[in-house]
Amino acid sequence: MTPTYYLMLAAALFTIGAVGVLIRRNAIVVFMCVELMLNAANLTLVTFSRMNGSLDGQIMAFFVMVVAAAEVVIGLAIIMSIFRTRRSASVDDANLLKY
Amino acid sequence: MRTEAATGVLSALWVLIALPLAGAAVLLLAGRRADRWGHVLGCLTSGTAFVLGLVQFFALRATEHRSVTLHLFDFIPVGDLKVDLGLLFDPLSAVFVLLITGVGTLIHVYSIGYMEHDPGRRRFFAYLNLFVAAMLLLVLGNNFVALYVGWEGVGLASYLLIAFWYDRPSAATAAKKAFLMNRVGDVGLAIAIFLLFAQLGTVSYEGVFAGVDKLNTATLTTVALLLLLGACGKSGQFPLQAWLPDAMEGPTPVSALIHAATMVTAGVYLIARTNPIFDLTHTGQTVVCAVGAITLLIGCIVGCAKDDIKRVLAYSTVSQIGYMFLAVGLGGPAYAIGIFHLLTHGFFKAGMFLGAGSVMHGMNDQVNIRRFGGLIRYMPVTAITFGLGYLAIIGFPGFAGYFSKDLIIEAAFDRPGWTGWLFGGIALFGAGLTAFYMSRLYFLTFLGKPRWTDDVHPHESPRSMTVPMIVLAIGSVAGGYVLKALGLFEWLNPVFGLAPDEHLHAERLSAAAVTAMTLVVVAAGIGIAYAMFLRRPVPVVAPAVTNPIVRAARNDLYANTVNEALFARPGQYLARALVYVDSRGVDGLVNGLAAMVGGTSSRLRRTQTGFVRSYALTMLGGAVLVVAALLVVRVG
Repeated sequence: MTPTYYLMLAAALFTIGAVGVLIRRNAIVVFMCVELMLNAANLTLVTFSRMNGSLDGQIMAFFVMVVAAAEVVIGLAIIMSIFRTRRSASVDDANLLKY
Repeated sequence: MRTEAATGVLSALWVLIALPLAGAAVLLLAGRRADRWGHVLGCLTSGTAFVLGLVQFFALRATEHRSVTLHLFDFIPVGDLKVDLGLLFDPLSAVFVLLITGVGTLIHVYSIGYMEHDPGRRRFFAYLNLFVAAMLLLVLGNNFVALYVGWEGVGLASYLLIAFWYDRPSAATAAKKAFLMNRVGDVGLAIAIFLLFAQLGTVSYEGVFAGVDKLNTATLTTVALLLLLGACGKSGQFPLQAWLPDAMEGPTPVSALIHAATMVTAGVYLIARTNPIFDLTHTGQTVVCAVGAITLLIGCIVGCAKDDIKRVLAYSTVSQIGYMFLAVGLGGPAYAIGIFHLLTHGFFKAGMFLGAGSVMHGMNDQVNIRRFGGLIRYMPVTAITFGLGYLAIIGFPGFAGYFSKDLIIEAAFDRPGWTGWLFGGIALFGAGLTAFYMSRLYFLTFLGKPRWTDDVHPHESPRSMTVPMIVLAIGSVAGGYVLKALGLFEWLNPVFGLAPDEHLHAERLSAAAVTAMTLVVVAAGIGIAYAMFLRRPVPVVAPAVTNPIVRAARNDLYANTVNEALFARPGQYLARALVYVDSRGVDGLVNGLAAMVGGTSSRLRRTQTGFVRSYALTMLGGAVLVVAALLVVRVG
């Protein structure tokens, strides 16, 4: 098994996610990109876990998934609440908290 | 000078000061409750102090060295500086104690009538008592610090009493002026005391006078000139004479007590007391003489031109104290002559001021002598007592001033070198001018035709006012002869380091010649005044004049203008420049720093745009930087 492919795939996924967070305005899409980055990180963890023959990385990946699930609940609730008050899910419109 | 510890009645010296001080405290603290009896208490404390002073005076005569000290307590025991508060009762302080309490009591009694309708009479008596206490401490202290405390105390009392009618702007301003100009002199006195302590390590008279001959000439002259500056401030001498005429804004008894008879003579006391210092510095003595001569001329010249009865008397005080300064500056037997003139002046000038107060009392508080005239028919007692004082001040033969002032002129002529002729000539000329302006004052006020405004009804003053005037008038008539016959000079001479029987022996001009010349100039002065102000009708408005001397005299010889131009204006400019430096420089630095921090933060705040994606970019950049740094550290 060659870890390079997995790592490159993870890097590609992470980059797509990061670029998506930076350039997309829709909060839902941004949210999905964040998930993409988290899962890219999970893939890296699992890959290295298999490489080293220990289970630490896989356990860590489970933790990340749990955190991500909790985060989805809160994040979607926030997005819903913003959408209800502003009739828009654009992250650029939600800019009240500033100087 | 040898001295001994006080015993018997003399150990109660402190009561002299404590009595009026307690009076002042009670009157000030009791408030309105004391309104009904406050004036009685004020007179009682002062009168009791006089009686006690008299008893102690006779006790002093019985002692061996005629000089006693009384240690009261350690005033300031700090390191090398040890000031023991003690009292020194010697011939010089004894005559001052009698003058202060005696004339003071008379003026207290006079004030009962004069201030009868004033709602602040109790406060007035409290201040008068305070003044008497401070003045007694000044003359009784046995060290320079006690003298300084008394010196400042009389300054405070003078300030409070000039501004007694504090709702009058002119009185408030005059009080401030007096206080400030006195401070100028006080700084000189304070530095002189510092210098003496730095050089000799003591501030007691005994220690200073014992070590004074070890000082070098420069230090001695400096100390003498600084003491003179202090004396000039307190005594209204040139160049600090401008406050004294303005001080007449206070009630008339104050002018009589503080600004004629006692406080303003404190400068003369200071120089007489520090005679061991002045005896060693010829320059210092010459400057004292010069100050006295210049001041006596200034006082005479301005006195000739003023129309305000109290201001004429004030300038006459300035000029008479000039005579005393001239005398104490001459040194030797002239010290006692200066003190002699101080005492006779205390009688006749206080009497005349009380007379002026009586005139104002009867004339609705008018002070313009051009609006008086013919008052002798309506106020005979005032006119006669004032007249006796007038004869005394011009040196009419047999009256008090004749004995004391002639002696000063004689002593001035006797000073070696050309300065003797100069000072003697000035003193002689001043005697003529004194006769002129005092005759003018008397003729315009009491003789001639009435020139009153329509609303006045002149009347004689009540008994409580006339009795003190009569007593002082008796002093003006007999004071000179009696004091001389009682042996004032023999009494005082030991204080000045002279043999008791040492007298002035006129060598340059005989006493008879000086007396003759003085009488001639005095007669000339009276004659000119008679021709100008009694034979001719007097206009009720001062005629406009082009004569520059008269104009200068009417403007106080431009003393106020000079003071303003030389000191007040530059002081204001300096203050304004300092304000500019403070508000622009110091404040500018502090405010600038604050503005810089504030400005920077408000610019930095702009980075908080509220766009989540820009924050995300920043976080990404940060993470990349951290990773890059790790790579550099780990790999590179």
